[in-house]
Amino acid sequence: MKNKLDISKTLFTIGMLVLSIFFLVPLIWMMSAAFKFEKDVMVFPIQWIPKDWNLVENFKAVWMGDIPFYKFYFNSIKLAAIQTLSTLIFSSMAAFAFSKLQFKGRDFVFALVLSFMIIPEQATLVPRFILIKWLGLYNTHEGLILMGLFSIYFTFLMRQYMLGISNEYIEAAKLDGAGYFKIYWSIILPLCKPILATAGIIKFIWIWNDYQGPLIFLLNKDLYPITLGLQLFKDDYADNFAVLMMASMSAVIPLVVVFIILQKQVIKGIALGGVKG
Amino acid sequence: MENKVIKASVPVSYVHKKAFWTNGRKEGLIGWLFLLPEIIGILLLYLFPLVFSLVLSFSEWNLVGGLQAIHFAGFDNFIKLFEDEKVILALKNNFIFTIFTVPIGMFLAIILAVIIHTKVYMSSYFKIAFFIPYISSIIAIGAVWSALFHPSLGPINQFLTGVGIENPPMWLASPKTSLISIIIITIWAGIGYQIIIYLSSLSSIPEELYEAASIDGASQLQQFFKITLPLLGPTNVFLFITLLIGSFKVFDLIAFLTQGGPNNSSTVIVFRIYEEGFQQFNMGYASAISWLLFIIVGVITLISWKLQKRFVHS
Repeated sequence: MKNKLDISKTLFTIGMLVLSIFFLVPLIWMMSAAFKFEKDVMVFPIQWIPKDWNLVENFKAVWMGDIPFYKFYFNSIKLAAIQTLSTLIFSSMAAFAFSKLQFKGRDFVFALVLSFMIIPEQATLVPRFILIKWLGLYNTHEGLILMGLFSIYFTFLMRQYMLGISNEYIEAAKLDGAGYFKIYWSIILPLCKPILATAGIIKFIWIWNDYQGPLIFLLNKDLYPITLGLQLFKDDYADNFAVLMMASMSAVIPLVVVFIILQKQVIKGIALGGVKG
Repeated sequence: MENKVIKASVPVSYVHKKAFWTNGRKEGLIGWLFLLPEIIGILLLYLFPLVFSLVLSFSEWNLVGGLQAIHFAGFDNFIKLFEDEKVILALKNNFIFTIFTVPIGMFLAIILAVIIHTKVYMSSYFKIAFFIPYISSIIAIGAVWSALFHPSLGPINQFLTGVGIENPPMWLASPKTSLISIIIITIWAGIGYQIIIYLSSLSSIPEELYEAASIDGASQLQQFFKITLPLLGPTNVFLFITLLIGSFKVFDLIAFLTQGGPNNSSTVIVFRIYEEGFQQFNMGYASAISWLLFIIVGVITLISWKLQKRFVHS
């Protein structure tokens, strides 16, 4: 019986392996194209392993061309890092107040804050665009950053997490004479490391992959993050797929590597929203 | 004697002061201080834009003309909305997009998740493999598919011609197939998310249920329909609503690959907002379209809350 079960499991595993490779074919094709000469990219049948390698030239075209890719990289890292850090701070501060401090109107304000989550981001693009223009922040990183300084969603998730932390820690700290800021910084935040890590990774990925925000709020090519940079490559290299695939690969690889290293955290973060519903 | 009076008065005044700054008040003040950054942010970036966009939706304003060019337009924008063929087309496309991406995505995801959960070795490899497209930038994904879908040179059509199909579809380049091409890419890129959600709720179903069922002689198919599917009910509702709302917000792939075309064949609501607001600078009309989106998403959300409550109670 046991043996029989293993055979079916093996067969399923083999079937799924084939399916998963088939599923990943677009990305495998991307990598193979990034290594080729342009004339070989669209040859059929596909040369999965290139006969002639053009990796160095493609790499140069992407990373050292007219609009070097490292600039987009730098911009993406800057935007994502600042917004992730500030979201962790501001959202955890609000979550601390919503979960561990007692004051009049707290739960009402919490419900009010949550209700803003139903507004689709795209529905307020127009007024936010005008606001950012009035503030003189159009076509600056500061304008984009301003809009991503906090997140209601992560405030909610962090509050849920903090509710699970025993109040005894806080009472004990109060007896030792600790103030609220100290309690927040040296007791609550360290206990929240798992949720902070999860939220931080997810927010970073969101910003890294954001296209709509930069498209609307940035004009100057020097300020472009990777997503808009890819747009430039698509327009400039419309007939050079090898270079375009090298650019795409350059955008995808770091995130995939980070994901494989931190997969447990990422998957937990993605699933959090799902389980809670 | 004097000493005693002084000593007595100190605690009295101390108590008096303390009556105002009670621990409760202090905690309240600190609470608001902790909330301050986020509340300012919400006022500035959520509440003000919401009110402002309502005002704008009743006015006609081309941003190029400056503030003095703004004037009241009554319901003109909303009347225009229902006569605008592009908006109607966008709604229709959004509807088609939803009908295809949501059920097909969920159906494929639930099958794959059940197989990954119970039927294979190396399940963590499969989790990663199916999740990679989701984690990758949708723009990079779009660039790859734009090459794969290339009408004459792309590998997909070369393959189709190779197996004897004479006029393979033009995919993104034809009004007939542009939307379906976007749908294919969306399902492919999003399925990893749905698998992860299903897997996390599959892992919370107790193993004993299945053991008891197989002792009673239930087949695996019966187990799936009688145990797995009912217990996944809340997850199905959650995913359905999340994907439904998400499908009305679709923008990135369309802006990047087709610009709503060719011939508006792949335009959607958010792309219409983008066109009117950020290409034509008709801020009033763009705001009216935005409210259409807000109302659609709002209604779905409210219905879903009711639905979820019912699911929790039953």
